[in-house]
Amino acid sequence: MTTGTATAAAAEDPAAPAAVSLAKALNTALSDAMAADDRVVVFGEDVAELGGVFRITDGLAARFGNQRCFDTPLAEASILGTAIGMAMYGYRPVVEMQFDAFAYPAFEQLVSHLAKMRNRTRGALPMPIVVRVPFGGGIGGVEHHSDSSEAYIAHTPGLHVVTPSTVEDAYWLLSSAIASPDPVVFFEPKRLYWSKAQVSLPVTAGPIGTAAVRREGKDATVIAYGPSVPVALEAAQHGAELGYDLEVVDLRSLVPFDDATVAASVERTSRAIVVHEAAGFAGFGAEIAARVCERCFYSLEAPVLRVTGLDLPYPPPKLEHWFLPSVDRILDAVERAMAA
Amino acid sequence: MTVPGLPMAAAGADRAPLRFLNERGEPAEGGLRPAPRLLEPEPLLASYRALLLARAFDTEATNLVMQGHLAVYPSSRGQEACQAAAALALRSEDWLFPTYRDTAALAVRGIDPAQALTLLRGSWHCGYDAKRWRTAPQCTPLATQAPHAVGLGLAAKLAGDPVVALCLLGDGATSEGDFHEACNSAAVYQAPTVFLIQNNQYAISVPLRKQTHARALADKAVGYGMPGVQVDGNDIIALLQVLGVACDRARAGDGPTLIEAVTYRIRPHTNADDATRYRDQDEVERWLTWDPVDRMARYLRAVGHLDTQTEQRIDEECERYAKAMRDQLHQEPQVEPAEMFEHVYAVPTRQLLEQRAMVEAEENE
Repeated sequence: MTTGTATAAAAEDPAAPAAVSLAKALNTALSDAMAADDRVVVFGEDVAELGGVFRITDGLAARFGNQRCFDTPLAEASILGTAIGMAMYGYRPVVEMQFDAFAYPAFEQLVSHLAKMRNRTRGALPMPIVVRVPFGGGIGGVEHHSDSSEAYIAHTPGLHVVTPSTVEDAYWLLSSAIASPDPVVFFEPKRLYWSKAQVSLPVTAGPIGTAAVRREGKDATVIAYGPSVPVALEAAQHGAELGYDLEVVDLRSLVPFDDATVAASVERTSRAIVVHEAAGFAGFGAEIAARVCERCFYSLEAPVLRVTGLDLPYPPPKLEHWFLPSVDRILDAVERAMAA
Repeated sequence: MTVPGLPMAAAGADRAPLRFLNERGEPAEGGLRPAPRLLEPEPLLASYRALLLARAFDTEATNLVMQGHLAVYPSSRGQEACQAAAALALRSEDWLFPTYRDTAALAVRGIDPAQALTLLRGSWHCGYDAKRWRTAPQCTPLATQAPHAVGLGLAAKLAGDPVVALCLLGDGATSEGDFHEACNSAAVYQAPTVFLIQNNQYAISVPLRKQTHARALADKAVGYGMPGVQVDGNDIIALLQVLGVACDRARAGDGPTLIEAVTYRIRPHTNADDATRYRDQDEVERWLTWDPVDRMARYLRAVGHLDTQTEQRIDEECERYAKAMRDQLHQEPQVEPAEMFEHVYAVPTRQLLEQRAMVEAEENE
């Protein structure tokens, strides 16, 4: 079990690794991948001189030159389309979409070409491309800066969809995404960019597609991903004070979906609560709930419940507190599940 | 923007497109002067052969769709000069980015007709080896392949390879956002990408005047800071000259070029379309007098490069080609349901494996 959070004991240990932010882990993963393989190129809006608005690409242009890391015109369809053309020629592009809602102009390239090129050409033109998308709310962003668009993407066969919740995962998930022979949409939880953990990088990369049990418990499984994982863990902590022993599963990979880990957990606890920031209606949580029901129906003591963003456009920052899944709402759902 | 080899770089409705031949197949007065090598017997006959091959392919494919052997066929009848020139202008290491209407160009590039027609036959999406042929899959969503041609050109440039990416587009595609983004990016990156717009006057039923208020589509190049050239799209020699200059510029590191080839779609959008609802037969007849094959044949006969024997030899070759194509496509294509699962990912997900097992079980029932 890896929580990636620094413990007090480790902080006092002089031999312990330094605290690394999730943003720095992503930056290091990019840098290491570019050093290891000169086919890896990084481009997008403001990524070179500025190092990206979140500084994830900081220093890459200086270290690798502006042929390996370059600024593009402000044109998201062209950014992704250019990456597709470069992949046809053998490159492994990693592109940045500056914000979740600014990625929508690239949607057609994503759905009609990135996801389908390998299949269309019977494998002749694979697409080893990573599309990095800073996503989610909780950062006080104004309109168009807090969307959670994973359901649109996960619904499209041919793409992999991952999102880290820990510093360690941020490093190896991005490394694995870059190494993947297939396109990966890499959702970066904006509000976790500055979260830190004592991690010694590099950490070994595994293949994408596995969920992690972040906390073991026997009463109910809280299934979350990305920015919702720390909220779920906090809920589990508070739940313990209320007498609920909660298990927390971090999906990490939405596509491929790790049915085995999720189902095994729910089989153990007999209850499932799904948490995500995106609106609940037709959201990814519906897929999780359906898959859990299909596999664990006879073990369930209560209906699978969802704690999600509200079914309305992401609100202005002064209202986002009421939109986001909270510890209280998760614990309310736990109570309902336990009462069933 | 002045370009050596192209006397009139700017275009506009007030001037005729660049051409070498007039409608009678005679060198046009004050027309384009092609590079001498283009006017040698061998390349001239190769161009003529390519024109006839494109026409034979198109005619046969039109027959095949009538007979129910193709699901649909968007004909390029009347656009053979563009189809042939696009294929002939490229070297084998260059890349072609075709649309659904450019199947004849694939045939001229050397792709097996049955493989080229796989999309329209409905047995797979892309039937040829895109990498081996350096030919992207035919693109259906308009202009969405244009950024790919920019990316491929940029990749070649970064790798230091003298490779050209030639992107085929129609007049309708110039209204799409991806066209704008691609042109702009190509110019910013100075990518070795050539955009060839086949302005065939119609996007299904919508005529050019409803598509743009620009005097000429080639004028759009000005805003991107790249040369724009309007050329007679039914004049293969003029097309080869203009494409040759554009490809040379690209290879030399001088960046992209936008070419508008003025041509006409003689047949409806596809076999499923009824063109009489939106255009007059008179208009079609007028364009038939500019037929790209006839003009070239007249020119070749006049300059003494096409005798009866040579003409007969090329005709026979095309007949053999059409017959072989017919024989191949009269056979029902084989499909393999398991293949649906094979190329979605490099390694199928567990969910796909489950679904494949389900389909296989159904097959064995």
